[in-house]
This record gives sequence, structure tokens and C-alpha cells, in this order.
Amino acid sequence: MALLTYRNIGITGIAAAVPENKIINAEFTEFFTPKEVKSVSRMTGIKERRVASDDMCASDLCYAAAEKLFTEMNINREEIDILIFISQTPDYRMPATGIILQSRLGLPKTTGAFDINLGCSGYSYGLALAYGYAAQENIRKVLLLNGETRTKVYSFKDKSTGLLFGDGGCASIIEKISDENPSFFSLNSDGARSDLIKIKAGGYRYPSSLESLEKKTYEDSSIRNDEQGVMDGAGIFDFTIQEIPEDIKRIFEFSGESQDNIDFYLMHQANKFITDHIAKKMKIPKDRVPYSIQKFGNTSSVSIPLTIVSELRNELSSTTKRVFMTGFGVGLSWACAITSISNCVIPELVEI
Amino acid sequence: MEKEFMDNMMEILENDEITLDDEFRNLEEWDSLSYLSTIAMIDDEHELVIPREDFSNLKTLRDILKYIKKDKEKNK
Repeated sequence: MALLTYRNIGITGIAAAVPENKIINAEFTEFFTPKEVKSVSRMTGIKERRVASDDMCASDLCYAAAEKLFTEMNINREEIDILIFISQTPDYRMPATGIILQSRLGLPKTTGAFDINLGCSGYSYGLALAYGYAAQENIRKVLLLNGETRTKVYSFKDKSTGLLFGDGGCASIIEKISDENPSFFSLNSDGARSDLIKIKAGGYRYPSSLESLEKKTYEDSSIRNDEQGVMDGAGIFDFTIQEIPEDIKRIFEFSGESQDNIDFYLMHQANKFITDHIAKKMKIPKDRVPYSIQKFGNTSSVSIPLTIVSELRNELSSTTKRVFMTGFGVGLSWACAITSISNCVIPELVEI
Repeated sequence: MEKEFMDNMMEILENDEITLDDEFRNLEEWDSLSYLSTIAMIDDEHELVIPREDFSNLKTLRDILKYIKKDKEKNK
């Protein structure tokens, strides 16, 4: 089992950037009926989301967030020894976008930089990896970048996904700190259900072709091509309400920590109905579950740090709080984390 | 159990005229939110998550109720 413990490692800074351009779901009625829009908003909690322009990439959002964080933390760029870029919307198929960001951000050539291909589970997974590097004697600071332009992945004319996704980028600094409480992680995967969220074509199994770009109309009147994402919402709901409560139980048993000890439960912002249900099932008090989904939609691995910046800036920048995080989705992949966030530098949300 | 179940379904569907023999998918009020709400309600009340493949074979509200009862007997 991928259960991990780290001591005296923590997040010392988190910044987020979103595009200025907004879609207001209630006005998004060109393809969806007002009734459909209302029903989806009621279920998911999504009212608005941010949409990157054609020439704006996930890396640009991460770059803006990282620059803001470097300035506010007064960071010496020479001290960033590792850069991890987590995204499924990279600039190119090769080279890795993280390497390009090493140069754009003015980091030294002695920085180790690479990409990780994970979606909604990517913040908890990324932290687990970043904590592991930060624990190394020679590593001073790890820069974890989570960026997604999910609105470019899905068709706006897809009934299952057209109203859900938003774009954003976050930058977090992970380094050695003094913390009497350890941090815990639980990592999971289930490739047997890889079809539930997928872009079928455009890789090397089904290379890009004239056919893969052909727009098809489906039974539910959704229109998309094979290079756009598909999501089986009901299948994901099944997965989430079965696996996430089990993983929550597993990590709390492993940590030996009481659920009451947790100040904030940061759930991946995918669907408020689902996370409300999980919270109720796990007897988590509502006031400990912050939401930003109403403002930004589902931003995949960006959603947890974006919720911190948008909803918990005051609470986490001046005190010590114990937080739980869970991310779940495409893969299927899911991960939980328990860690402390203490006097963390959290700049105001950047809009570009 | 039957009355509780029907009360919950009436609340989910916002319709108090439904009957056990209604084919729920044919009800005007049935949509993806009612599907999620039904699965979530059964999980809350009976600690049972009905897998989607099984749920797709259930036609009437009585079928759902039977499924829950069967699961309860299995776990006795």
C-alpha cells in the first residue's frame, strides 16, 4: 500500500492564477437549455468558471502564479532545486513543459525539472512527491506547479462536460519546516476504469488523423471529436462514493489521528453534490469543507490550492491549521493527504 | 422501510403522487440529479452503493426497494 509519512516538511507558500475571462453558466445557453443549465448548476454548485484565451496555456497560468509567489516570498531562485509541473494540458507533447518553465522562471540549470501526467488527484500526489524530495538533505526548495486548461480538453457542446470545467494554475513551495505533527499520504490507482475519463485519440495508440478530428453527434445530442475528452459522470459518481470514504478511513487509521483534529477538509472541487455526500457520510462538519467550485468550476489538480487561495487566505497565512486533502478522478487516480499549513505565504489571486 | 423509501423518493422527485410501480425513468422529474440523489439516499439510509450496472436493470421503484431488501438479507 502506498501509505507515506514525512516529518518536518511543509508548504510555505501557495499562489494561484486564473484567466480574467469568465463564463457565467446561467448565460451559457447556446447549446444547453436554461433547464439543463439550472439542473447542472444546482447539482454541481458551478455558477462561473474562468476560460483561458486561445494563446494562453496552463504553463502561462503557473508562470504568473510562481512569479507572484517568488516576489511575495522574496525567494532566491537559486534555491529552487526541484520543479514539478503537473498537468494534462502541457505546451507540447515534447519536451516536458516543466523544463521550459525552469528557464522562463529564471531557475538555475542545476534545478531538476520534469512533468507528471495526472489530473484531479494531482495536488495530493504532487505534494507526496514534493515532500519526498524536500526531505533530501541537499534539497532546499521544491516548486510544485499544477496547471490546467481543461476548457480546451472538452467540447462545449458535450452534455456531460460542457458546463463543468475551468482553467487555472497554482504554484506551491515545499521545504523543511519545524512541525511536531507528521504529514501522511495515501496514493491509489485503478487502470481498469481508465475509460471513464479519457481522450481517446491524439496519442500513439490512436494517432491524430482526419477521422479523429471529425465531429460526431451522439445519442444525447452531444457533439465532440475523438481528440476531445469524454467523461462518464455516473461511473465517476460510483467510483467516488465507494473509494473516497474508504481511503479517508485508511489514511486516518494509518495516521492514528482523530478526524476532529482537522481544521479544514479540502476536497477536489468536482461536484458539490458528491463532496457534500462524502462529507455527510464521513461525519465531517460542513463548516470545515470550503468550496470555490461556484467561482471556478472543476479545475482538475488546481482545485485544491485554488480553494486555499480563494477561500482560506486569512486562516492559513497567520495561524497553524491541520488540513486534510483528497483528489480523485481521471486515471482513475486518487490520493489523500493530512498535513499542517502554518504561516503560509498566500498572495492574492492573480488574474491574467 | 417502504414508507420511508417512498417519502425519500417523493422528496427527491418533488412529486408526492408517485407509486411503487412507476417506472421511474419515465417520470418527467427523473434526471441525472435524481439519479445521484437516489444512490446517495440509499447509501445514507442503508450503507449500500448500488453499482451502476445493477441499477440499470432496475425498472420500477419497487425493483429498487427489492434490491435493498435483498442486500440486507445477504448481510444479515
